[in-house]
Amino acid sequence: MPMMSYIDAVTTALREEMERDERVFILGEDVGKRGGVFRATAGLYEQFGEARVLDTPLTESAIVGVAIGAAAYGMRPVAEIQFADFIFPATNQIISEAAKLYYRSNGTWKCPLVIRAPYGGGVHGALYHSQSVEKIFAGVPGLQIVMPSTPYDVKGLLKSAIRSDNPILFFEHKRCYRLIKDEVPQEDYTIPIGKADLKREGSDVTVITYGLPVHLTLEAAKDLEKEGISTHVLDLRTLVPLDREAVVEAAVKTGKVLVIHEDNKTGGFGGEVVATIAEEALFDLDAPIQRLCGPDVPAMPYNPILEKEFMLNKDKIANAIRELAEF
Amino acid sequence: MHRQRGLTDEQVVEMYRYMLLARKLDERLWLLNRAGKIPFTISCQGQEGIQVGAAFALDREKDWICPYYRDLALVLAFGQTVRDNMLAAFAKAEDPNSGGRQMPGHYGDTRYRILSGSSPVTTQVLHAVGIAYAGKLEQKDFVVLTSCGEGSSNQGDWHEACNFAGVHQLPVVFMVENNQYAISVPLEKQVAGENIAARANGYGFPGIQVDGNDPLAVYQAVKEAVDRARSGNGPTLIEAITYRLLPHSSDDDDRSYRSNEEVEMAKKKDGLLVFRNYLLENKLWTEQQDQELLAQIMEEINEATAYAEAAPHPNPTDLYKHVYV
Ligand SMILES: Cc1ncc(C[n+]2csc(CCOP(=O)(O)OP(=O)(O)O)c2C)c(N)n1
Ligand SMILES: [Mg+2]
Repeated sequence: MPMMSYIDAVTTALREEMERDERVFILGEDVGKRGGVFRATAGLYEQFGEARVLDTPLTESAIVGVAIGAAAYGMRPVAEIQFADFIFPATNQIISEAAKLYYRSNGTWKCPLVIRAPYGGGVHGALYHSQSVEKIFAGVPGLQIVMPSTPYDVKGLLKSAIRSDNPILFFEHKRCYRLIKDEVPQEDYTIPIGKADLKREGSDVTVITYGLPVHLTLEAAKDLEKEGISTHVLDLRTLVPLDREAVVEAAVKTGKVLVIHEDNKTGGFGGEVVATIAEEALFDLDAPIQRLCGPDVPAMPYNPILEKEFMLNKDKIANAIRELAEF
Repeated sequence: MHRQRGLTDEQVVEMYRYMLLARKLDERLWLLNRAGKIPFTISCQGQEGIQVGAAFALDREKDWICPYYRDLALVLAFGQTVRDNMLAAFAKAEDPNSGGRQMPGHYGDTRYRILSGSSPVTTQVLHAVGIAYAGKLEQKDFVVLTSCGEGSSNQGDWHEACNFAGVHQLPVVFMVENNQYAISVPLEKQVAGENIAARANGYGFPGIQVDGNDPLAVYQAVKEAVDRARSGNGPTLIEAITYRLLPHSSDDDDRSYRSNEEVEMAKKKDGLLVFRNYLLENKLWTEQQDQELLAQIMEEINEATAYAEAAPHPNPTDLYKHVYV
């Protein structure tokens, strides 16, 4: 099986889906000739032509609005928002239109749309190239939110997203793009949307997370093993629909739960995970549920000391797990 | 006159029929609202000529529309029935637009290629561009018409849509139904330059002002736009100038922001009356035919009202349907 980077898995999934289905097309800023500012669409313009790998004007609402129209017609657009931070001009189209088209038309108009966006910090991106935006959309029924952590999951989940008839936000942690490599089968495969993945079996503390912190947690867990602390790690992979069963099962496994995400704590998706556990497994817990999240400051600063202070890392995670283990 | 524009005698009579049908249906919806039978209505009165003129310029077998909440006459001409709209007014399960989920005036009908619309204004203008782009990818030759009010033409989505369609020379007709008001705010406080058609210059395609009280003039302007679009020559902006004869909606009281005299003046230029006179003067229509048509329409409206009022509501559990496919 070839080793593949996270971003190459994005490109591979896009290419294979475009080869498989003529209705799939890509639109966004600089996605064509340039192949995307992160190069996620590299080579696709050459292979599929400018009509199917469309360089749009610099207008996020139009990228999503045009994609919605095309999706309603019966195409399968994959819209790229260059940075998740710039999705906000399109929020009305996402929340008022994409999320509601199927519902408001009583199931007569569908919106098979994927919106891909790189998110997350740790790349010196400062306030407006580092944000996590999932909480803004996670409470909007009608949307689905996929946030893979590995190249294997990227390929399988992006394919599922493109084949789905629902509007899907597909958030890619940009720090993972070149950092994370993985064995990715050459064959066509899909991963069902809404299924979490158990990354590591453990008996002392359960960590529930998604995106970049999955990797940081696995590193921390390796170190903690030497101290005799055994960590159970669940990667949500999909926030909406949430794999409630897997969440509860993972929580019950150790009775001590740490929920981790880079998005800031207040209003973050972790609250939903915690509430789910509280609703369904409170009496199986041996300690108060803990959250380790980005701090409640407006965004991530440019200065490296401040950026580091904002970001999660292996040590912060190890400390949080250790504390919980000792409870 | 209509023959020079390429319309037959039968077609203009048919146009008049749709205009009168929309007007009478609209009047009934207000009555039902005032009688407390339906919570809300929003009016097309004064704008029927624009909508029917535009509909007849399109190919109603294959073209698409992304309308806005005043386009009752447009959706009727595209195939929806009085009953369909009554079912929406009463928010009944059988409402083809939304199964009673949306407020009336939020059209959407897969049968006639009427894309489902929402309440935030001009989101549909981008959808129209997307449909046109899909058509281009599939090498189809349909045209998409999308409409909105003049106040709404200030929204970012409207401008983004015009620019996108201009860049890619897409077969879209952008129609602005300029009825002088956006709820209470008059044109001069709404639109810098007060000329919406001129905005097309910035997007590299023609912008045409047309008398919205003259359905034949609208027909011709939209027909030229449709021909241009279908032959691959890109979008056109049509600004059809008219006057909103009634308050913004059943929840509005227009006496607080405009004078009765102003409204009365506008009523004299009501496109429905002007067009009716045109037909009578040109001996295409008689008073007697008019009375017969009116009786027929009223019967249709009465029947539809009774049907919709008696039609079943959705079940409470329908609330949970169609969140995801
Ligand atoms: C984004 C948004 N803002 C505000 C409103 C509330 N609203 C509904 S219609 C309207 C006025 C629209 O005026 P215009 O575009 O001229 O259309 P008209 O109603 O006159 O046909 C307003 C402010 C809305 N529906 N959407
Ligand atoms: Mg207006």
